[in-house]
Amino acid sequence: MTFTIKSRSALAGLGLLASASLLLSGCSVTGANTSSGGEGGDTGTINVLLMKQAGYSESDVATMVKDFEAKNPKIKVKTTFVAYEALHDKIVTSAPAGTYDVVHTDVIWPAEFATKNIVADLTSKFPAEWKTQMLGGALATGEYDGKYYGVPWGPSTKLFFYNKDMLAKVGATPDDLKTWDGVLAVAKKIKDAGIVQYPLAWSWSQAEALICDYAQLLGAFGGTFTDSSGKLIVNQGPGVQALTWMKKTIDDGLTDPASVTFLEDDTDKSMASGKTAMELNWESTFRDLQDPSISSIVGKAGVMQTPAGPSGANPGVNGSMALSIASKSKHQAAAWKFIEYVTSEAVQDKFIKSNMSDWKASYTKPDVIATNPEVIKAAGSAYDSMIPRPPMPNYNAVSQTLQVEIQNALLGKKTPQQAMDDAVNAANKG
Amino acid sequence: MSVASVESAPTRSPERPVRKRKREKQGRLAFWLLLPAGAAVFGVIVYPIIRTLIISFFKVDSALATDTPFVGLDNYVHVLTSASFWSSMGRTLYFTLVSTALELVLGLIVAGLLNAKLRARWLFRAIVIIPWAIPTIVNAAMWKGIFNAQYGAFNALLSQLGIIQHYQAWLGDPFTALNMVIIADVWKNTSLVAFFLLAGLTSIPGELYESAKMDRASWPRIFRSIVLPMLVPSISIVLVLRTVEAFKVFDIIYAMTRGGPVNGTQTVAYFAYTTAFSDQNFGVGSALSYLIVLVILALTAVYLRLLRRSEMSLL
Amino acid sequence: MKRATRNSLLIHIAAAVVALAILAPFAWMIIASISPQSTLIAVPLKWIPDHLYLNRYAQIFTGADNGAQTFRSALRNSTIVAAGTVTIAIIVGVLGAYAFARLRFRGRKTTLMVFLASYMLPQVALLIPLYLILSSLGLLDSVVGLIIVDSALVVPFVLWILSNYFMTIPEELEEAARIDGTSRLGALFRVVLPAAKPGIFAAIMFAFLLAWDEFMYALIFTSSDAAKTLPVAISEFAGRYTTDFGLVAAGGILAALPPIVVGIIFQRYVVSGMAAGAVKG
Repeated sequence: MTFTIKSRSALAGLGLLASASLLLSGCSVTGANTSSGGEGGDTGTINVLLMKQAGYSESDVATMVKDFEAKNPKIKVKTTFVAYEALHDKIVTSAPAGTYDVVHTDVIWPAEFATKNIVADLTSKFPAEWKTQMLGGALATGEYDGKYYGVPWGPSTKLFFYNKDMLAKVGATPDDLKTWDGVLAVAKKIKDAGIVQYPLAWSWSQAEALICDYAQLLGAFGGTFTDSSGKLIVNQGPGVQALTWMKKTIDDGLTDPASVTFLEDDTDKSMASGKTAMELNWESTFRDLQDPSISSIVGKAGVMQTPAGPSGANPGVNGSMALSIASKSKHQAAAWKFIEYVTSEAVQDKFIKSNMSDWKASYTKPDVIATNPEVIKAAGSAYDSMIPRPPMPNYNAVSQTLQVEIQNALLGKKTPQQAMDDAVNAANKG
Repeated sequence: MSVASVESAPTRSPERPVRKRKREKQGRLAFWLLLPAGAAVFGVIVYPIIRTLIISFFKVDSALATDTPFVGLDNYVHVLTSASFWSSMGRTLYFTLVSTALELVLGLIVAGLLNAKLRARWLFRAIVIIPWAIPTIVNAAMWKGIFNAQYGAFNALLSQLGIIQHYQAWLGDPFTALNMVIIADVWKNTSLVAFFLLAGLTSIPGELYESAKMDRASWPRIFRSIVLPMLVPSISIVLVLRTVEAFKVFDIIYAMTRGGPVNGTQTVAYFAYTTAFSDQNFGVGSALSYLIVLVILALTAVYLRLLRRSEMSLL
Repeated sequence: MKRATRNSLLIHIAAAVVALAILAPFAWMIIASISPQSTLIAVPLKWIPDHLYLNRYAQIFTGADNGAQTFRSALRNSTIVAAGTVTIAIIVGVLGAYAFARLRFRGRKTTLMVFLASYMLPQVALLIPLYLILSSLGLLDSVVGLIIVDSALVVPFVLWILSNYFMTIPEELEEAARIDGTSRLGALFRVVLPAAKPGIFAAIMFAFLLAWDEFMYALIFTSSDAAKTLPVAISEFAGRYTTDFGLVAAGGILAALPPIVVGIIFQRYVVSGMAAGAVKG
């Protein structure tokens, strides 16, 4: 036999050995074992995985880390920043290796991460006073199945933005926008006056953005995504009413039909260039609308809480983030200390310019309010009641199904009832 | 380092042992020369290949799953019976066939131009290199901007030329988005294909053209009976390369559309990625990866059979 | 005579069209990078901005903020990873290619096929096991780790290009040297390599472009400025809800410049480096 064949059989033998050892080792195929990390002492280095591009900037966090390390000299903190798009997959990939102790999580992940044992249960660590001192909607960010898997760090919801100029031209005031019916009436006036062709623009592209918009309308009609047993119920009452309402605004010519291809960036830019009169968007949009290098409507933008529907409720969609502890972390005590510090009211108030605060008291402090008065005024009350998206372990698949079916209805391919029935059937099956 | 064993070697003539010894020495030298390359490639990937293969036979639904029952071929069956697999396979086939065909045809034309007598030929060749050199992520970001529904250059151009009335969302409709991704892919890879084909073109001896012209053959005739047959080796290399790449395509999908809208640009490799990482279904994701390999192997075999080359190595 | 000039004219027009098709998208990206956002999102689009907005480039080159720092680190990392990968691939490839091209041994063709077959596996298949290996070796978030995995991707290609090219170098050249008593390896270095320059440069270009381009492994295996490469840094320019396309364009252009320069310098070797191989029947 020649050497190449010999080396190939050597490789094969090695492979068999490797697989045999894997199977015989008794570990699961992922190599994970049932050990779930440890508390660790007050010392050590903790690795923190955070999101960049939005919320607290890297320099903000660097300051927080410096202050924290000064107060806790035995703990060292190493931070890593990744884009939001890469965050989920990075948490999943790094889980078996236990690379990170603290991870930044989105509100839609606790169900998945908790059931797959990726993050640790923090309920026992939660001080009781948090339940009264934190804004109600924000508190639920890390919650799943009655337990807490993350500490809220930066609440976020969609607010309602309007062009003050266009409103004034048709004699409307922000008060008229407190209900969705009122919004439609003003929109019709703006359209009839010929100010813009489509007064409303939404982010109804086949993406998570669509579910966020739909969630706020679902809440306005008094509905929720799931019932107490965790099954999707959007094909009943409010779920279908919200969708029918959305479709009607397109049919009536009030909503830009291109909305079904828009993401938040598109509605933001559409409003900034003066093509849209009113939109739903995240808090950070206000900054763009006031930025002269981007916007042509500087000083003309107004912001308020999302309008109420027939039910009188107006919860915003919960788009907050939280800090969780990786279940395989060996330094859970130190990690908790870090989380406690950076999520505290004092620290959040200090960096209020970058991100909103989760604490009720912050919204009463004049110096905090002064940093961003319009947005804080709107956001403060908005965070108290937020509607969560369905807390299901396979949320990603459910969201995809919902996006497809909602789009089917918006594009007129199915009736809203049919679309929601199909969505519920597909989701509750899986 | 052992000596090659001589199994059935009846010593018939004195030359035999000499030739065998020579081959032994060559074999030994070859082993050592190839060991670094083998280590660099297989030292890195053999363990992952085997591990992923093993995972594909288990039910693994979390990155930290501790209970992973053996399910045999269940994951493979699950994939082969899932509608999303077949639709993503269909999309991938469409993507592969259309982009490869376009790249081949356009590449041939560009190769011809690269080969032609041009003034400032060096400048033209330098320009054609650009799409090949641009990183895939940059290319994807560029085309994503061009096709942007709000402010993209494509919309601006078409509306200013009066071809369209309203700005379109080119990446907003599933099928259109797939075609736009194909355009981005073709723009980048045609130049690579062109250079490969150019290499083949330059090795066609000039005498063949001369004798054809003396026979007063027309250009289409020359192309069909001289150029094309002599380009078969280059074309077969390009076909195999581009097909494999198209089937594995991931980066451009990730950066341009993330598989959307409604999975309209979700190719099999991207589907494997979302199955494994977004749904945390690693067993099925691994099975999917190996099915992709099988399809690639099958396609390659078909190509090589069609072009009557029994090996793509040492062509 | 007339026909020749008409043909020549057609060829030049065709070449101009192709050049336009190639340069136009790239040119728009350049324009976008120097236009303020308000001009960029205006409808109808003004192709040339009123005044040049060079803030983005200034921000990237001299800015102290983290995005700019990350970009500059990414530039450094990409260079190191590409250079390291090319070095390993060429050294390892030259040795292996010589074996394929000159030596006769059982399973020669099969071995090359096995190398090339490694190319057929989608990257996602190897992601988690590779992550675990790198993690246990402490090579996560390191340029060394990236060089190792990128080399595994690049070496089969380099082997193939170089074997093809070596096979076109007449054996007589080495025979002459060997008669004088040089060993095989000596002949390799003193005779074959100098004659194989085009092939080697072609291989260098391929390897460099592949390594510079690599995205998925860089995305998953790196997390900090210590090892992040340019493709990853650029993908982070997009905001979570809003994007400044001009910034993405600026970063993209800067990230594309080194490979473009490498490509322009080495492109003439690509043709001759591959030509010989294509003829083999």
